[in-house]
Amino acid sequence: MASPSYDQAEPGTELPPRQYQVTRRDLVRYAGASGDFNVIHWNERVAKSVGLPDVIAHGMLTMALAGRFVTEWAGDPGAVTEFGVRFSAPVVVPDDDKGATVEVTGTVTERLDGHRVAVDVTARSDGAKVLTRARAVVRLPAVPSQGGDPLEPP
Amino acid sequence: MAINPDYIGRTFEPSEPYEVSRVKIAEFADAVGEPSALCRDRAAAQAAGYPDVIAPPTFVIVISMASTAKLTTDPALGVNYAMVVHGEQSFTHARPLHAGDVVTSQSTIESIRPLGSMTTMTTVTEIRTVDGEHVCTARSTLVERGA
Repeated sequence: MASPSYDQAEPGTELPPRQYQVTRRDLVRYAGASGDFNVIHWNERVAKSVGLPDVIAHGMLTMALAGRFVTEWAGDPGAVTEFGVRFSAPVVVPDDDKGATVEVTGTVTERLDGHRVAVDVTARSDGAKVLTRARAVVRLPAVPSQGGDPLEPP
Repeated sequence: MAINPDYIGRTFEPSEPYEVSRVKIAEFADAVGEPSALCRDRAAAQAAGYPDVIAPPTFVIVISMASTAKLTTDPALGVNYAMVVHGEQSFTHARPLHAGDVVTSQSTIESIRPLGSMTTMTTVTEIRTVDGEHVCTARSTLVERGA
């Protein structure tokens, strides 16, 4: 997928929607990579004892998936200059092979200076909005990049 | 116990220097599914104008969380960790972090506010290179649920 140029990203442009699966294995991997070993992200007994329905994903993993959604569109993980979210509901991750599904959508809302655009992002899981007020500011190339570059996901 | 409002405005000592490595960036990119070659392939990152492989936009949490965790476990601050959830998070990047960066993080408690039976605490963490270049500001709001 070629990345969009600043001129192409008019307000109202929708980013290609994505669905990400999050399994218990992903939570363990994120815990190790981030250093966040909070027990509610891997231990069902403790999660339930503090009133949660089951093990929940790290909010920062959900935010990272929303970030990946934007950087995949922009074609450059370094293009995001601002990124903020509010965590509105937990992503509940059952102990099975499928895990939870996080559905992410986004819309360009504004063009800013410096070839930057603002993107509003939504993330839902199991019918609930898991992120609200999620907004990224992304710098885009002045001209469209060509497909087949090293940014193309395998 | 509520969070001690005497801590509003308090700035903590900067962290020990943290060296951003290619291995850690690749590990984090794998964990969040970020597919970009710019996080793994130095030549690709340099072709895109970066000095070395770059970190995904939320990687900074690895550094800022260690800094805020140290201050929020101060018993005098009175945070009940079992009751804490992450409320909000934002990052403002002057540039992406790249492998080879050596940075410190320094946190300030911006606000502590009651919210019904809950208390919210917002910390602002500045990430700078050891040469003093500002790289990122991370703002984090924790919510302590009422007992």
